[in-house]
Amino acid sequence: MTTTARRRRAATSRAGAPVGFVLLAALAVGFLAIPLIGLLGRTPWGTLGAELATPRVLLALRLSLICSLGAVAVSVLLGVPLAFLLARVAFPGRNIVRALTTLPMVLPPVVGGVALLLAFGRRGLVGQWLDRAFGITLPFTTAGAILAEAFVAMPFLVITVEAGLRAMDRRFEDAAATLGAGRWLTFRRVTLPLIAPSLGAGIALCWARALGEFGATITFAGNLPGVTQTMPLAVYIALETDLEAAIALSLVLLVISLALLIALRDRWFPTA
Amino acid sequence: MLRSRIRLTAALAVAALVLAACGGRDDNSGGSSSAASPSEIKVFAAASLTAAFTKLGEDYSAANGGTKVTFNFAGSQALATQIQQAAPADVFASADITNMDKVKDLVNTPQNFASNLLAIVVEKGNPKDVKGLEDLAKPDLKVVLAAEEVPAGKYAKQILDEAGVSVTPVSQEDNVKAVVTKVSLGEADAGIVYVTDVSAGGNKIEGVDIPEEQNVVATYPIATVKASKAPDKAQAFMDLVLSAEGQQVLKEYGFLPPPTT
Repeated sequence: MTTTARRRRAATSRAGAPVGFVLLAALAVGFLAIPLIGLLGRTPWGTLGAELATPRVLLALRLSLICSLGAVAVSVLLGVPLAFLLARVAFPGRNIVRALTTLPMVLPPVVGGVALLLAFGRRGLVGQWLDRAFGITLPFTTAGAILAEAFVAMPFLVITVEAGLRAMDRRFEDAAATLGAGRWLTFRRVTLPLIAPSLGAGIALCWARALGEFGATITFAGNLPGVTQTMPLAVYIALETDLEAAIALSLVLLVISLALLIALRDRWFPTA
Repeated sequence: MLRSRIRLTAALAVAALVLAACGGRDDNSGGSSSAASPSEIKVFAAASLTAAFTKLGEDYSAANGGTKVTFNFAGSQALATQIQQAAPADVFASADITNMDKVKDLVNTPQNFASNLLAIVVEKGNPKDVKGLEDLAKPDLKVVLAAEEVPAGKYAKQILDEAGVSVTPVSQEDNVKAVVTKVSLGEADAGIVYVTDVSAGGNKIEGVDIPEEQNVVATYPIATVKASKAPDKAQAFMDLVLSAEGQQVLKEYGFLPPPTT
């Protein structure tokens, strides 16, 4: 911590940036901020409360919370063990597995949605078996929306937790093992508390990504208010008929995202 | 060292997050950077016109010294919104009068150029034995409709309401082609689309007719956009659509002549 602080001070006290940089940086800030200002400028403040209180918006908001938190739960349950294996076990093909698990981060979400249909759709690779054996079909269900969001968001959790596991001091785990703690106990009582900040950051990133998911959800899960129409889908549909409602919905997503970033700020961009 | 590594990972993750967030649905927004150049026109057309207009676009290019026609096919409601937001369109062809009316201040006088009927779309072989509208109410049938904002969805609702059939769709798709896709993938058992979508929908689907007395006639208007930078070329495209030659192409794709009023 102290070395970081020292390094930071050294970095900021160095002589000013090249002149051109100031100009370009200002352009960058404008480029990123002006669209948000545009959104605020067109917000129907007077009717905002009424816009947001419509059943459709409340449904979408509630569904977005359910789906994104569900996706986070799936991601933690499956993603933390995966991150552990990627960080600690030198199994053959580890790099390939890592590349595969992070692929959804760069894949266009719509492509993810198509892939999900071909895998978990009613005629899909796994889906037809699920349908035959259990009568479970995922498309057009809330579970399907959660699946789509988890597909896209889980990699964010995995890479963040893996980085935390690699960065932590493993001597604590060794000490616990020496004292007779089993692997599970060591993980639970030593590793987990040590990587808690990474896990927290991973969860927040994963949640933010799940909350904003659009392409995979509309492709795989469809669009039905109350069942699969999450906030981003509601914004998209509203945009085509009712711009004011779309702006109001966008504003809600903007506020939530901003709150998340501010909550994370202390971790990634310490100001002290 | 270790800490900076975490931070790097986090920064990469944030970057990917932002990239991903920007990635959704950019297929509709293409072309905003280049205004209509003299050798190109942009035609915004209802999704149901995809096959027929693609053919007409080729005919137009061939007859007009290679002038390129770029299409933006989407739900008419989406196209109307894009035109309201000053998207660079030269021609707008809507699947209903309502969405043409929405942009009436931004376009020149529209003219009806085609009409269409609706049909039930089912999987090839009709495995669920759908015979008519009444069957769509069966609880074990997964029915997909276009959203009510979409012309095809509005027509479908109108047809179902008038027939007194109450259908709970499993999804309200954003355009009519997405309904066909969901049925051809086998995810949905049935949907209501245009007759022309059934004939253009490939070999995995088939249509079940909706009797004339239960059906509605969808009227397609076309107009040139006032803000067009190539008004002559836009008018020429509209003329082609309304010409005998254009009407013949539309007929080949299953469209009916515009209602005579």
